[in-house]
Amino acid sequence: MIISVASGKGGTGKTLVATSLALSLKDRERVQLLDCDVEEPNAHIFLKPVLNSREPVCIPVPKVDEGKCSYCGKCAEVCAYNAIAVLPDRVLVFAELCHGCGACSYLCSEKAIAEEMRETGLVESGYADGVKFAHGKLSIGEPMPTPVIRKVKEQANHDGTVIIDVSPGTSCPVVESIKGSNFCILVTEPTPFGLNDLVLAVETVRELGIPCGIVLNRAGVGDNKVEEYCRKENIPILLTIPLDTEIARLYSRGVTLVQGMPQWRGSFLSLFERIQEIASERSRSLKR
Amino acid sequence: MKEVVVLSGKGGTGKTSIVGSFAALAQSKVLADCDVDAADLHLLLEPVIRQRQEFWSGQVAAIDESKCTQCGLCQELCRFKAIRDFKVDRISCEGCGFCYHICPAEAITMKENLSGHWFISDTKYGSLVHARLGIAQENSGKLVAVVRQQAKAIAEKRKLDYIISDGPPGIGCPVISSLSGANLALLVTEPTLSGIHDLERVLGVCHHFNVPALVCINKYDINEENSRQIEIYCHSQGANVAAMIPFDNVFTEAMVHGVPVAEYTQNSVARQLKRLWQTIVSKLGD
Repeated sequence: MIISVASGKGGTGKTLVATSLALSLKDRERVQLLDCDVEEPNAHIFLKPVLNSREPVCIPVPKVDEGKCSYCGKCAEVCAYNAIAVLPDRVLVFAELCHGCGACSYLCSEKAIAEEMRETGLVESGYADGVKFAHGKLSIGEPMPTPVIRKVKEQANHDGTVIIDVSPGTSCPVVESIKGSNFCILVTEPTPFGLNDLVLAVETVRELGIPCGIVLNRAGVGDNKVEEYCRKENIPILLTIPLDTEIARLYSRGVTLVQGMPQWRGSFLSLFERIQEIASERSRSLKR
Repeated sequence: MKEVVVLSGKGGTGKTSIVGSFAALAQSKVLADCDVDAADLHLLLEPVIRQRQEFWSGQVAAIDESKCTQCGLCQELCRFKAIRDFKVDRISCEGCGFCYHICPAEAITMKENLSGHWFISDTKYGSLVHARLGIAQENSGKLVAVVRQQAKAIAEKRKLDYIISDGPPGIGCPVISSLSGANLALLVTEPTLSGIHDLERVLGVCHHFNVPALVCINKYDINEENSRQIEIYCHSQGANVAAMIPFDNVFTEAMVHGVPVAEYTQNSVARQLKRLWQTIVSKLGD
């Protein structure tokens, strides 16, 4: 089963939930954590994995052989991202705009365009105390996280439980990360910003047809509009974590909740059991 | 006219609360919410929308079943695995148009994509340019660019001194689009190991695009040792820590009341924010 942990709003506690869920489950079954927040990966700070493999993430970008080029301009015409410009006697490639679709190279009538690999990030993997671990890191200055996310997800186990830590927001990196999940946990806080961004996140998971439930973090601050919204939309609140300075201090030092306060382990196991129920109910109803 | 963008790397450090406060504190400015996929600034500023525009960006492939011969070439060549069983998965399609160019039956067309909306609003603090990216859409960076262009046009037309932008979390495309060419970045962090890690990366992006940066440590008293580490680190990177704001529930209270924190309270947090804005003004004047 693949469970992704997303939020809409940043800083609501995705990584706290993902890491504590993984550690709570590790004695019961095979569990893997994939940190797909490749712009700002943080799960390794808490799990302190031993990383024994590093693989670069590359995008194939055009390399023009000007000896063969007839400057016909076809490549620039077909490129949807304006990553190639053809001048009367020169071809300019803007590699950072290239998505690596391969159209220019395939359609070049002179066969003057080869592809070379351009590194935009890397994937590191290993183990953390019984949890299989992988994360991606987008290189500084690179705009496109999705190829790195795809590469992290290639590491997913095909059995056991896979937990995906997702970046904040609702746009392409979030969609790429949660696509294919059996369940999505949405972590929020009971504030107007938390609610506003939760509504957007719910719309996103619904668009993808993924069942979801809420973890309400820092309960006690703000107002009760998140709860009202969840009731109205029939979205289950699966776990409530109170506003607690001790939890905030543990987090600040990079200590997971279930390691700093082991009494929380039972709550994370119940969270997992409820997710299993909802996901299996969903798959039964889909089969029908 | 000078432009300051507020970024953080890590989400939830307080960017929007701080920008909302600058809205209340600064004179002669236009506001821009560049967090287009989870915009929150409007919740503090009570905007009245004056102009609403569609944002069309990128394309999505569509296969005409009546022309498709099911030769499979498009499926074979698409590197985004966006075509399966001769149907386009709109979410996976990156709009490159490769399939459209190579289809021997000319069964594929590229359709323009409505990716979101952008707005120009009036608030009691001045104009706000904001946007909403459509659900599960791409091209957030291009929408950010539109928001900034509009804000700049307003600032030029009305001869305003400042553009104050609320940026998105992360370091990728919408962040780069918010940052490049700005006069100053204010990086809001928190004294957690995650906050420090993410600050280092976003500061790296500022260096990469040659934008000077100031740092604000929010909730500095949650871990004072970590706050000292941040000061030392920032000093070594040539980015000054311009403010250290204590943890105070007044941020959340102000948010619940839908007003900027600097207007909701006159306590030490408000005074700190006022000093921070003055520091930014003098840095922009350098």
